[in-house]
Amino acid sequence: MSAELALLGPILAAMLAAATPLLFAALGELVVEKSGVLNLGVEGMMLVGAVCGFAVAVQTGSSTLGFVAGAAAGAGMAALFGVLTLLLLANQVATGLALTLFGVGLSALIGQGFVGIPIADVPELYIPGLTDLPVIGKALFGQDALVYLALAAVPAVHWFLYATRKGLILRAVGENHAAAHALGYKVIRIRFLAVLFGGAMSGMGGAFLSLDYTPMWAEGISSGRGWIALALVVFATWKPGRVLLGAWLFGGVTIAQLHVQGLGIDIPSQLLSMLPYLATVIVLVVISRDVARIRLNAPASLGKVFHPDA
Amino acid sequence: MTLLRLEPRGEASRAMVYATPLLAVALTLVSGFLLFWAMGFDPVKALHAFFIAPLMSLRGLGELAVKATPLVLCAIGLAIGFRANVWNIGAEGQLTLGAITGGGLALAFYGEGGWWLLPLMIVAGMAGGALWAAIPAFLRVRFNASEILTSLMLNYVALHLLNYLMHGPYRDPDGFAFPESRLFEADAVLPLLVAGTRVHLGSLFALLAVAAGWFLMARTFIGFQIKVIGLTPTAAGYAGFNQKKIIWLTLLLSGALAGLAGLGEVAGPIGQMNPTISPGYGYTAIIVAFLGRLHPVGILLAGFLMALSFIGGEAAQIALGLPKAITGVFQGMLLFFLLATDVLIRYRVRFGAKGAAGSGVGRAAA
Repeated sequence: MSAELALLGPILAAMLAAATPLLFAALGELVVEKSGVLNLGVEGMMLVGAVCGFAVAVQTGSSTLGFVAGAAAGAGMAALFGVLTLLLLANQVATGLALTLFGVGLSALIGQGFVGIPIADVPELYIPGLTDLPVIGKALFGQDALVYLALAAVPAVHWFLYATRKGLILRAVGENHAAAHALGYKVIRIRFLAVLFGGAMSGMGGAFLSLDYTPMWAEGISSGRGWIALALVVFATWKPGRVLLGAWLFGGVTIAQLHVQGLGIDIPSQLLSMLPYLATVIVLVVISRDVARIRLNAPASLGKVFHPDA
Repeated sequence: MTLLRLEPRGEASRAMVYATPLLAVALTLVSGFLLFWAMGFDPVKALHAFFIAPLMSLRGLGELAVKATPLVLCAIGLAIGFRANVWNIGAEGQLTLGAITGGGLALAFYGEGGWWLLPLMIVAGMAGGALWAAIPAFLRVRFNASEILTSLMLNYVALHLLNYLMHGPYRDPDGFAFPESRLFEADAVLPLLVAGTRVHLGSLFALLAVAAGWFLMARTFIGFQIKVIGLTPTAAGYAGFNQKKIIWLTLLLSGALAGLAGLGEVAGPIGQMNPTISPGYGYTAIIVAFLGRLHPVGILLAGFLMALSFIGGEAAQIALGLPKAITGVFQGMLLFFLLATDVLIRYRVRFGAKGAAGSGVGRAAA
């Protein structure tokens, strides 16, 4: 086997892993936005999920409990957002920003005692035969369970949104909350549940970062992934399948940047570190350029305040 | 389930516009009390160290002005954009670029400066910030790309750019590989305004920005257009207001002010280039803008309050060993409480459900 081919397996595996936190966060946010709510607090929810997941995993020694705690913490943050925007009718953009600013501070506060603490590796999948396959075996059949959970979430979210009655109602609420309300659907309750789901998914993505991907806790560990996830939802024009594509693209850019550094190509590492962010901007521009397509696909009530009496 | 109902007011309550920021501050202090208590600190002592002790000396008051300066400069620009529904989240990056361009001149003309250097740096700093903000403006106007996401992404790009420069071209040649530049020479440093403090010329610029921001919004046709576009974009369209022009204007303006803030930091209290110019001023300025009700005078007051949270955080860290991250938690909490209490401006809160039928029917019966 040639050296290049031998590299392919680890690169593929690393790309899938790098895409996982984005996939969790973006799928969660997609459901939130489909219900007509714009939560810009993804970054904050990821950070709090990351630190809570890490703390619980260190205390209990169980990474599974850590992931559960990460999801719960993300949902807790989301509940705060839900109360403010859905019950107290606060501006969604401002509240989402507040959630991120608050999450950055809160996660740093909780995480102080956990900086630099090592954590046991999350066990990886092993299927005799398949995992041993050359090149792709480890990449496709030897990852952590969370990687597969994120992948499974793509068809699951798609199925929920487009093949179930509840998904149809959620989409209806996102398209026209006044009409959905007139039909007797509980707009606020449905949106609150969507927001909680989005928070749990973001928290899970964060916990994946601190427990599995890095694995350690450092302040600001998500380094903008929450914002990239928000951009991915637009890139995907609110379609779950295309979120997967986008997450892989960004996983690829992240890994490519590391490998270029590893190959000793003479570009300063700080400039290479800009790549994922620049790629996000470029991708956003390419998709947003088509105004008609964005208008066709974006939930019509996205970001609008709903008050049943108004 | 409805124990608490919201009843729309006929018109927005003026009293509440002023009362809710104070209410939010009060709620933040109460929460801070509980937080300190839960963390095992003496809450009274901690709050005193955080919010009162720093104000007890001339030096402390000076530091307050020093920290408020970049916050107010950034927030004035952001608020004008927010009024027009232009969400520039990139003040942190624009501030960084202003420091890079303005501070870069100080290094480029090291040893050969003159009276002209400082004014040139100020212009370069503002131009750098405006240039960085021009990117999201162009992408929004030309390609319809969300300025929220593009301006935010550019924050990370700016930070990596600064890091690169500090490890390369900007590094002090005699600095033992530390990522710091040479100390700026006297003709590249903003003059001090008050002896015994670090209050510098930038604070005066911040005050000028407050006055100019007020004038723009309250007394000019551009300000009127900004407000109309923000409140009712369709009406602005019928009136023939050029929304693209306003997007450009608000972004360039806020970028230039943030760039000035960045230059003020490196040519002021820092006095050199280093990789950590800002402890998040550009992000905190978002809170300052909202807390100040997007009004220049309100922003000035809010800027001082937020500056206090930075200084108090440092003081409490030294005095009591409180974690520094508390500052961010306080800032986030304050914004939450403000957004939560803002509901009182447009709605009355009524307790107790009116029958079991829910709020919609309740109102119809009333």
